Amino acid sequence: MLNAHQLSFQFTAGVPLLQNVSLAIEAGQWVGLSGDSGAGKSTLGKLLAGYLTPHKGNVILDNATLPTSGVQPVQWLPQSPELAVNPRWRVAKILREAWTPSEAQCQAFGVQPHWLSRFPHALSGGELQRVCVLRALAPGVRFLVADEISTMLDPITQVELWQALKQKAEQRRLGVLVISHDTALLKRLCTQRYHLSNAQLTPIS
Amino acid sequence: MLTIEQLSLRLPHYGTGYAAWWKRSWATCLDNLSLHFLTGEVHALVGASGAGKSLLAYAIMGLLPASARLNGQLCYQGQLLDKRSQKTLRGRELALIPQSLNALDPLVRTQRQVAWAAERAGQSSGSARQSARQALDHYRLDTRAQQAYAHELSGGMARRVLTAMAHVSQAQLVIADEPTVGLDPHQRQRVLAALRDLADQGKTVILITHDLRHALPIADRVTIMRSGKLIETAPAHAFQGTGRSLTNAYSQALWLALPDNAFTLPKPCAASIADKAAGIKAQQEISVA
Repeated sequence: MLNAHQLSFQFTAGVPLLQNVSLAIEAGQWVGLSGDSGAGKSTLGKLLAGYLTPHKGNVILDNATLPTSGVQPVQWLPQSPELAVNPRWRVAKILREAWTPSEAQCQAFGVQPHWLSRFPHALSGGELQRVCVLRALAPGVRFLVADEISTMLDPITQVELWQALKQKAEQRRLGVLVISHDTALLKRLCTQRYHLSNAQLTPIS
Repeated sequence: MLTIEQLSLRLPHYGTGYAAWWKRSWATCLDNLSLHFLTGEVHALVGASGAGKSLLAYAIMGLLPASARLNGQLCYQGQLLDKRSQKTLRGRELALIPQSLNALDPLVRTQRQVAWAAERAGQSSGSARQSARQALDHYRLDTRAQQAYAHELSGGMARRVLTAMAHVSQAQLVIADEPTVGLDPHQRQRVLAALRDLADQGKTVILITHDLRHALPIADRVTIMRSGKLIETAPAHAFQGTGRSLTNAYSQALWLALPDNAFTLPKPCAASIADKAAGIKAQQEISVA
């Protein structure tokens, strides 16, 4: 279980972005997070994944704080995959950075073998996004923070990506936090939804 | 208004390594497109990335790279478009709201750039400045943003500046290339409403997007494209319910895949969609020149 306890965070002194925000995600649970631009959705996601350190409060994974080295059990998936890969690495090296997915797993995410010898700029956004999602599913990973990962995809590619991820998450009982502007998408995917505004998290029933 | 007849576009596709020039082959990027745009309509061009939507816009504007091979005819208000007439009409009759925010000049303040667009359309410098100010006010950019440089603007502001430039140019045909990417829902509504306004004033708006759902409320007709081919042109009201009035399986699949609808892929179509994953290049006939 991933537990965020009374998190507070600010970039500018005196302007709190998050104030005493608590959130719990169980293994296998899909949680949705919505909010206006600049409300702090991505910041909350980064705090959960250990990219940022909260000023107050802590993130607890199964009664322990997040590890500072090794495979991070909470993975953050950013909106633009182009910025999340090394442009000078070929796709094979990018994909196998943390683990080596089997051929069947590549196929489930529609990652084609002939992409592997290419550089990331030679893949489209949707193709690269699928590579990035598969890369993040290393064996030690327990939770995913999907930060607007399907905004730039056309509807069909979107469904393909979510179906593959849903299947994988069910198999391994991954907990997923889906961050999106798209209420219809969150309704489809998540059992519980939250709205972030004025530094506070409110559940949507 | 604008008629496209049997338009085909090929771009050179170079091999890798030494002597790549001699191994040049041609990739078909647009394949025999015929389309007709009407006066006063918002016509949405929808398709996955790599479908050739932006290339079609560049072909209309005459902004293709010199190496491109274009076949077919473009007819604007009964006049055949060629390189020379496109150059005269660009910025006066034809306006493009580009996808990339890099289209703004980094060394010139916002208001001045918009005034340039008005001058290009034939206004005197005084009235150009006036109409630039009015257009920027219309898109709710405050005085500070009007005197800012491009790098000081947020993505949403920069998009609205580009839209304002198309607005002051008084162009009869406005092509908006993904104008809502990176905007939050409020700003997106505002930009789309502005495009609808342009069409209601009797101009033609071509809205290029991959976001079918948000294009539908303002569009009159929707054209679905896929890997350079025209799949279907349908009125916006055909996209409802189970999409039964759509004739093509791909456009039905696109409609049903939306989270508001079934959010699944129909079985018979899944195979044809899977080949999309195999890469657009594999599908296109790459013929050795």
